Amino acid sequence: MSGAFRRAAQDPPWARRLLAGGAILAALLLLALPLAAVFTEALRRGVPAALEALREPDTVAAIWLTLLVAAVTVPVNLFGGLAAAWCIAKFDFPGKRLLTALIDLPFSVSPVIAGLSFVLMFGARGWFGPWLEARDIQIIFAVPGLVLATLFVTFPFVARTVLPLMAEQGRDEEEAAATLGAGGLQTFLLVTLPNVRWALLAGVLLCNARAMGEFGAVSVVSGHIRGETNTVPLHVEILYNEYQFAGAFAVAALLALLGLVTLAAKAVLERAAGRRAGGEA
Amino acid sequence: MTVEVRDVARRFGGLAALDGVSLSVAEGEFVALLGPSGSGKTTLLRVLAGLEGTDAGSVRIAGREMAGVPARERGIGVVFQHYALFRHMTVFDNVAFGLRVRRQRPSAAEIATRVRRLLELVQVPELERRYPEQISGGQRQRVALARALAIEPRLLLLDEPFGALDALVRKEVRRWLRGLHDSLGITSILVTHDQEEAMEMADRVAVMERGRVVQLDTAAALLREPATAFVAGFVGDAARLPCAVRDGAAHFAPLPIAPVPVALPDGPATAFTRPGEMLAHRGDGEARVRLVRDEVEGPARLVVQAGPAVLDAVAAPGEAFGRGDPCLLSLRGAHVFSAGGARARAG
Amino acid sequence: MSASTRPAGRAAPVRAIPGFPATLAITLLWLGTIVLIPLAALALRPLELGPAGLLASLADERVLAALRLSFGGALLAALLNLPLGLLLAWAVVRLRFPGRGVLDAALDLPFALPTAVAGIALTAVTAPNGWIGAPLEAIFGWKIAFTRAGVVLALMFVGLPFIVRTVEPVLRDMAAEAEEAAATLGATRAQTVMRVVLPGLLPALLTGFALAFARAVGEYGSVIFIAGNLPMLTEIAPLLIVIRLEQFDYAGAAAVGLAMLILSFVVLLAIELLQRRLRRGRR
Repeated sequence: MSGAFRRAAQDPPWARRLLAGGAILAALLLLALPLAAVFTEALRRGVPAALEALREPDTVAAIWLTLLVAAVTVPVNLFGGLAAAWCIAKFDFPGKRLLTALIDLPFSVSPVIAGLSFVLMFGARGWFGPWLEARDIQIIFAVPGLVLATLFVTFPFVARTVLPLMAEQGRDEEEAAATLGAGGLQTFLLVTLPNVRWALLAGVLLCNARAMGEFGAVSVVSGHIRGETNTVPLHVEILYNEYQFAGAFAVAALLALLGLVTLAAKAVLERAAGRRAGGEA
Repeated sequence: MTVEVRDVARRFGGLAALDGVSLSVAEGEFVALLGPSGSGKTTLLRVLAGLEGTDAGSVRIAGREMAGVPARERGIGVVFQHYALFRHMTVFDNVAFGLRVRRQRPSAAEIATRVRRLLELVQVPELERRYPEQISGGQRQRVALARALAIEPRLLLLDEPFGALDALVRKEVRRWLRGLHDSLGITSILVTHDQEEAMEMADRVAVMERGRVVQLDTAAALLREPATAFVAGFVGDAARLPCAVRDGAAHFAPLPIAPVPVALPDGPATAFTRPGEMLAHRGDGEARVRLVRDEVEGPARLVVQAGPAVLDAVAAPGEAFGRGDPCLLSLRGAHVFSAGGARARAG
Repeated sequence: MSASTRPAGRAAPVRAIPGFPATLAITLLWLGTIVLIPLAALALRPLELGPAGLLASLADERVLAALRLSFGGALLAALLNLPLGLLLAWAVVRLRFPGRGVLDAALDLPFALPTAVAGIALTAVTAPNGWIGAPLEAIFGWKIAFTRAGVVLALMFVGLPFIVRTVEPVLRDMAAEAEEAAATLGATRAQTVMRVVLPGLLPALLTGFALAFARAVGEYGSVIFIAGNLPMLTEIAPLLIVIRLEQFDYAGAAAVGLAMLILSFVVLLAIELLQRRLRRGRR
């Protein structure tokens, strides 16, 4: 009768069933249903029509622009995030806690405020507006503005995912490398980086997903010029507001796919990292 | 490689980890840094390795001033307390690391030869494809040693290298490591808080207290002539007895121990006796025998209740005790330190 | 300072691991250019209005209504997410049922789904002709899309994973021993949950609440589709910033942004103080 025994930390079977049922229902209503709605709407007139909507010149331009913005922002934040994680995790210095908090700051600032800050600096009536105008340099309502705003909102991702792991791993291995004659770059590339590679990849993935999917911040600096400063998420809004629902949902489905792929890749990475931590044997 | 440390100080915040420490180690010598936790022994080792800076004083290794020489250029082998093996590398790659990061890196074939020779030297040639997390603590320690030796250091620093090993393995590894030191002809410095380990392995032991080396001597000399009350108390399981010197003798009242002659000025003092130096005689006194343990050889060991104190003693030659018997206590010998720091051998 | 008594060349601390000056310089440059200087512009720009002008710019009825909606909605959404997030974290950590792995992965969906997509998706589902909106309207006469309820729903969607993911690790690490001990002392299961488990999760719940709130206050993309954006009714503060920018009222937009930052700072500080009191109480 081993099945009848219930461990003390376990809930009674009826409670477990109730909780599981409630959780599944909540997830279905709040998470699965909206996602299903996107794909249903997108495919309402069939796959060919959805694909056709994705081949619209404006949509194609938006896709290229989004790829361009991500291609610039992700490497910059990868580089900066790694430098910050290394400097905070491996050294002690006054102001370390403040620096850590400041790196997290963009997560608690509204994306709209992020966009606004750049307009206040580089917009027509911004601090550097007249100076830029005199030299015919356009930042706001142009690609540089999109890049800056995206840099701001995706700023903490890499540092946030890599830093805790790097700090947890301590300095022993780096010190051992130093006594064995390794230089700074060698130590970083041969010792530190391989130890955080899964977390780093996860951070880059999330950073990229956010860079490609960002809406609020780029909406403020974009100016919504079709074919020029319209990223994919902004294009969804335009199509939607013009009541081109099929097109809007087709493009949205593309973005949703990006999110799903990111989630799946992240789950795979976590499993890989967990396997390593649990021993390779 | 000789090591010459002079008046080195190192503070962390308000705390002096090293407070004017001096130490000199001869070529080929094996020296242990022994002290309680917080005495600065690990900090001193890290200063030697170039992992920690100094606020004052000088460090010379093989006659060369080390200020400004980074750890990577010192060529000193370090075995870390928790080994610090590179967890994502195989044992082979760990040992090869120091060879691969050299400016003039040897050929792959030569690296392989040397790594295999080192793994044979530390007696774990079968582990080369394993990862650190797949091998035992004792094996990790050997790998860490092989990795440190790969750069052919003339000076080897060991930071509590036996801490993670169980008692049985520890004894064996100690002897083996000492043998390795002798056959390689290198200079070694070992950090430990275990006096048995220090005395068994080292030619000389440097006893550290609050950021200084208070005595650097052979094990026998430390036991025979402890330089300070701290050394006398820390080394050799000594019991600490407060006493007062009057007219050339140490008096232990209220403890029921007979006075012993000692050449110190009058005043308060502290006596340190090792087990075996306190004798119990038959006779009617305040002291009572609480426990008796008969030994195969030599006199029985006793636990004696003397007023509020519980003391270890041995039965005087030819005498036998039972539990609860009254007894008298005397000292066969003791190191006595006056409050002013003067030292004398009593008895 | 004692630096003068040091021998020459010893003043700089030795760092065993190289690369500190370079990485610190890169970090400060990166942080300064992308985050700090722009935020400084935000802090300084409203000052152009002068104290009276600044007050007038914020005392506007429409601004106050928008701030009320953004903050009230964010607080309400985070509050509603507390039991929901706890339930989902509990299911993922403590229960075994088919589809648990999928549920676990799906909980990150709001993190990974672009906000604009979430916005039109939630709108489609809750609109009067949507899968949920139609029956709700038909049976109860309730409306979600284009009302304040819709705003709160969108804010719940974006905030939910913050609570789940902060509670989850704490729940996972919570030793079964404490619950077993409570059982051996005669506590019923309900008593154990109320007196042992929930108090242990409280700090994590508060942290999750703070994160969900901070995210929801500034949320834009997922809200503007579902809100309907009627001034005074369903207009959120970030939208007002956008509107003022479109009218080239930079200082006015910055004033709203600054007010939002300061207000959310105050709320987060209050939560932090509550956390500290909790920690002190349980020492």
